[in-house]
Amino acid sequence: MTQKEKISSILFSIFKYAVLIAAVVIALTPVCVCVLSAFKTNDEYAATSVLQLPQSFLYFENFKIAFTQANMARGFLNTGIVLVVVLTISVFTGSMLAYVLNRFTFPGKGLIHNLFMFASLLPGIAMQVTIYQIMYSLGFVNKLYGYMVVLMGTDIISIYIFLQFFENLSTSLDESAIMDGCTYFGVFFRILFPLLKPAIVTTLVLKGISIYNEYYCANLYLHDKNLKTISTALYTFTGPYGSQYNYICAGVLITIVPILILFLIFQKQIYSGMAAGSVKG
Amino acid sequence: MEQEKRTFSQWFLSRKVQRVLVITTFMFVPLLLLVVFTYFPFGKMVQFSFYDKKYIGEMRWVGLKNYIDVFQREEIFQALFVSVYYMGGAIVQMALALFFATMMVFKVKGEAFFKAGIFFPYLIGGIAVGFIFKFFYARGMVFDTILQMFGMDIENIPLWLQDKSINNISLVATSVWRYMGQNMVLFLGAMMSVDPDLYEAASLDGANKWHQFRYIIMPSIKSIIVLNLILSISGSLSAFEPPYVITNGTMGTGTYFVIMNRLAHENQKVGLACAMAIVLLAIIILCTVAQKLFFKYVFDDGTADESKAAVRRRKQEEKRKKAEAKRGGAAV
Repeated sequence: MTQKEKISSILFSIFKYAVLIAAVVIALTPVCVCVLSAFKTNDEYAATSVLQLPQSFLYFENFKIAFTQANMARGFLNTGIVLVVVLTISVFTGSMLAYVLNRFTFPGKGLIHNLFMFASLLPGIAMQVTIYQIMYSLGFVNKLYGYMVVLMGTDIISIYIFLQFFENLSTSLDESAIMDGCTYFGVFFRILFPLLKPAIVTTLVLKGISIYNEYYCANLYLHDKNLKTISTALYTFTGPYGSQYNYICAGVLITIVPILILFLIFQKQIYSGMAAGSVKG
Repeated sequence: MEQEKRTFSQWFLSRKVQRVLVITTFMFVPLLLLVVFTYFPFGKMVQFSFYDKKYIGEMRWVGLKNYIDVFQREEIFQALFVSVYYMGGAIVQMALALFFATMMVFKVKGEAFFKAGIFFPYLIGGIAVGFIFKFFYARGMVFDTILQMFGMDIENIPLWLQDKSINNISLVATSVWRYMGQNMVLFLGAMMSVDPDLYEAASLDGANKWHQFRYIIMPSIKSIIVLNLILSISGSLSAFEPPYVITNGTMGTGTYFVIMNRLAHENQKVGLACAMAIVLLAIIILCTVAQKLFFKYVFDDGTADESKAAVRRRKQEEKRKKAEAKRGGAAV
């Protein structure tokens, strides 16, 4: 390498790290300033600049107030129930559907496949205008199970992920199992389902995060105070706490922490799931 | 009795019956959900779009009036104008994502940290993002303080969420902040699919960074860029959360969906809202068709994909034959 090339390579490195650090700072600043305010007492919050460090990072009063005022215990409980039920059922229905669509040929298969693909084009929020009426006539409004059914009914992503996974899963395993006298049900539950583990993890994480963050339908279908999910519980801060941002920030952080932990554990699956979900747009 | 039982189980175990059973039972729930929560409401939506309708009460046939209203009501026209901001935001977002992904493709120490830091906002829920940016933009709060630190006078700083000349840009910025990292991860994934030796070879051949970008990186991601560009059209029309959560669509920040949501659930103009949804769907379908055509005739990706699939199939076939040969050999 010549002298000139070396210099330009070093300059490029400096530039590269400078812009990447700037990007991370911009991405994290809005969240980090929330951390600062969340640990300040009311007086401190009123007296100091939002960019100043709090006196102590051990002042948890705001978190306590946010947690009880917004009834977040209830929110976490409801969201937890919804997560367990919807994810369990979605994993089974999604993988079973993908199995049938990938491994069998039968009349109407192409049509069914296309019906699912077309469904992903329909604008979700717009559909709720008429889905609301169906929910209403079924008596599902203001019921936790009704909300769960809506979340399951509008699930296309997990089907995509499972379909793609099956495409890359060799059929030789199924075939030899069938030759050994295994039933199709046996093939699916005993042989293929355990192999789906990576796809299941991806689905659980991606769909789990989207359910955890879901607000629109929860707000539309669950009016009762005891039926608040974590998103709708957080939203209650809009009114009474207007600009008491030390409480609001504490509330926001309480909802972000579980996501952060999940992200740190499942980073790889999240990135790869991103790619899987995007291929078909 | 004994005899009958056996024939039933034999019948049950026969391949043909099993096939039908497995297909119907496995598809029953997803199909039921699809019909009840997608196609039935879709049909209703098409129907309602021709009626004057509230949630409860009589429907009145109005023909195409709702569709004419979509193009004539000022608030809806205004919403389309707001979408232009989001489209601009989508382009900025993609350019930034492309830039940072390119930076990361060249060896970076601590790549995982940078990637995670830039990506993380994507995982934060809409309501939390809303509060974070209400705090960020509120008068005298985060953004104002940062600008003052750089010597700006508070008198000269606009009200980020109220000032009509800038509030849409403020909102679009939150959307760019949230989704840029996700775009970057997608682009990076596509770039990484290029053989890393190629970069090595290119730099040995004396290609500079720009050449590497132009001739190695760009070709590997041009299809995902076009895909994202086309998606950004329907995406910007469907922008919803930033204005809904942060400004509730006031001060001229109402996007198409925010207006539709308001018409449907507050003003109970269900028919008009349905017509708006159908118009949006038509635009989305147009974009999808454009994307398909583009890929078919410009990139010829269809054939490339097919050949990939063919290669995969051939490899599987070979593997199976090998396995069979092995098994056959063992049996002999």
